[in-house]
Amino acid sequence: MNKKQKKMLARIIISAVMLIVLHFIPVTGIAEFVLYFATYLIIGYDILKKAGKGILNRQIFDENFLMSVATLGAFILAIYEQSGDYVEGIAVMLFYQIGELFQSYAVGKSRKNISALMDIRPDYANLERDGKLQKVDPDEVEIGSIIVVQPGEKVPLDGIIKEGTSTLNTSALTGESMPRDAREGDEIISGCINMTGVLKVQTTKEFGESTVSKILELVENSSSRKSKSEDFISKFAKIYTPAVCYSALALAILPPLVQMIFLNVPAQWDVWVYRALTFLVISCPCALVISIPLSFFAGIGGASKEGVLIKGSNYLETLSRAKYVVFDKTGTLTQGVFEVSGVHHNEIENEKLLEYAALAECASSHPISKSLQKAYGKEIDRNRVTDIEEISGHGIVAKVDGETVAAGNSKLMKKLNIPYQDCHSVGTIIHMAINGTYAGHIVISDIIKLHSKEAVRELKHAGVEKTVMLTGDAKSVADQVAASLGIDEVYSDLLPADKVTKVEELLNLKQDSEKLAFVGDGINDAPVLTRADIGIAMGAMGSDAAIEAADVVLMDDDPMKIAKAIKISRKCIRIVYQNITLALVIKFACLGLGAIGIANMWFAIFADVGVMIIAVLNAIRALRVHNL
Amino acid sequence: MKKIYKIEVDCANCANLMEDAARKTSGVEAATVNFMTQKMIVEFKDGQEPKAVMQDVLKACKKVEPDCEIEL
Repeated sequence: MNKKQKKMLARIIISAVMLIVLHFIPVTGIAEFVLYFATYLIIGYDILKKAGKGILNRQIFDENFLMSVATLGAFILAIYEQSGDYVEGIAVMLFYQIGELFQSYAVGKSRKNISALMDIRPDYANLERDGKLQKVDPDEVEIGSIIVVQPGEKVPLDGIIKEGTSTLNTSALTGESMPRDAREGDEIISGCINMTGVLKVQTTKEFGESTVSKILELVENSSSRKSKSEDFISKFAKIYTPAVCYSALALAILPPLVQMIFLNVPAQWDVWVYRALTFLVISCPCALVISIPLSFFAGIGGASKEGVLIKGSNYLETLSRAKYVVFDKTGTLTQGVFEVSGVHHNEIENEKLLEYAALAECASSHPISKSLQKAYGKEIDRNRVTDIEEISGHGIVAKVDGETVAAGNSKLMKKLNIPYQDCHSVGTIIHMAINGTYAGHIVISDIIKLHSKEAVRELKHAGVEKTVMLTGDAKSVADQVAASLGIDEVYSDLLPADKVTKVEELLNLKQDSEKLAFVGDGINDAPVLTRADIGIAMGAMGSDAAIEAADVVLMDDDPMKIAKAIKISRKCIRIVYQNITLALVIKFACLGLGAIGIANMWFAIFADVGVMIIAVLNAIRALRVHNL
Repeated sequence: MKKIYKIEVDCANCANLMEDAARKTSGVEAATVNFMTQKMIVEFKDGQEPKAVMQDVLKACKKVEPDCEIEL
């Protein structure tokens, strides 16, 4: 409990004790009123003050105003009726304060719990200076410095391991509990926990640019992107409180007037004023206002614990309505690690062909080029290559040792008017032409990820209606992969721009309420990620482009997390709707009962505090998403 | 320029009110209040002195929510 809460607790106890003592002390008249009113002031002075300030600042209608009017009204009624029943006004204020205290405690507590979940912020970095270790703020470490990470410590900055081997726990980043091995030369990402050995790391990024800062910024800003439900609630609160105040006023004035003028019976002012006051107590909107953002925050917190970063409550809401999931193939469903599995129809030696291919593609960082370079296996002498021209979606034309080498798919061969041999093997085919004549082709195949098939099945379970795969690969490869994974639709031979067009076509086909999610590995899929209703980037560890472009970021490469993310969002939204329904139904029922005089103030305050407690407890459920 | 301030605010609705108040303060380009992390992110207009502007922001926030705190 913080200082404010302790003070509140003290006030609650004092006034409660005074109330009990006063009950047994026989005082009457003015003395009785003074003592009771003193008790009232102890418990309620801040509410009265806030209400007063609100009136001065023209922010009249809020819960402080409601409570002040209701409780002061009860006092005035007690004086008017000369009943000496001051307890009610005090008790209502007392219970309201107890409710507020509980709310502030529960929210503070869950806020702490959720923040602790995401506590990947490193507090310090061990900088090596003149052979000595110095603890410094990670903010002060410059790029290229050598830092030492000891076992049990968080890696503070992104970098490359210069010395030492160790096992890293990446669970805070990825939700993956399997430790990872790391050794000299490996890249290391901030936020991991070093488990076994001492590591010397040369930093490659400043703290502000490091993975850990990016992720924290993302999660901390997530609740500022408000969902429709949240917007609805804040708009609702703006209209609701004044509406209730005017209704209460009407309830206090109209029925007695009607009784007096039309029915010719006594006006019963006290009865109707009391009902109006009860009405005000019931109407406090706290349960709604507090539980909705809390549910969303808990959902986002729970998801990030599982390695799924959701950039805002609005995306959580959209994700829960995802009916179409569109995948990029390479790097998403397949590992994106290619291997050369054959060289066919070649006019020259295998090695020579690979050498030309590797040299021609030496400037490209595409996974296919990488695999060619790997298959070649030797150091690449870039001086042998000139005039590199990359034709997007087709391939590369370059001069190697003065000879024109074209390496690419069948579209490239058609474009260059070179007759080519089709290949029957499944895989990506790189056709090669040297000086305009066909020289053979290289078959490269990609490996399907371990969980891809299961992931597609899980998505169907989670209620996704259609799965689609988009790829730049040839039809034969794409069809084979899609069939083995159980994907509904495939579009192959796509250029990057075609992917955007395809997604737009799909977006036009579906209904407004059905949302389309696109899953890509984030490096080359940025335009599609932004175009889709919701962009999910995979394997974002270290990829800035993905974090920027996507709405949801899966911290590891596991496609199973897509279904998990959807399930988390569904659970969270379900809780939000439960809370909205619960609060509204009980509020309106109580309002009705209050208006016809069945519910009194005691009933009202219990209903109010009770609903709030249930709503807060329910909201916290959104945190528990591990076993979904 | 963007700066993040730690704040203290008790209810989500009050946080919304603070956000509105901060946005309307002169010298502030954009402001977001994050109730859950208890932070206020303020983007200042060019050439504004954050310290002076934040005094006004605090005053404006106190007006709508007397209980709130901004750590300056």
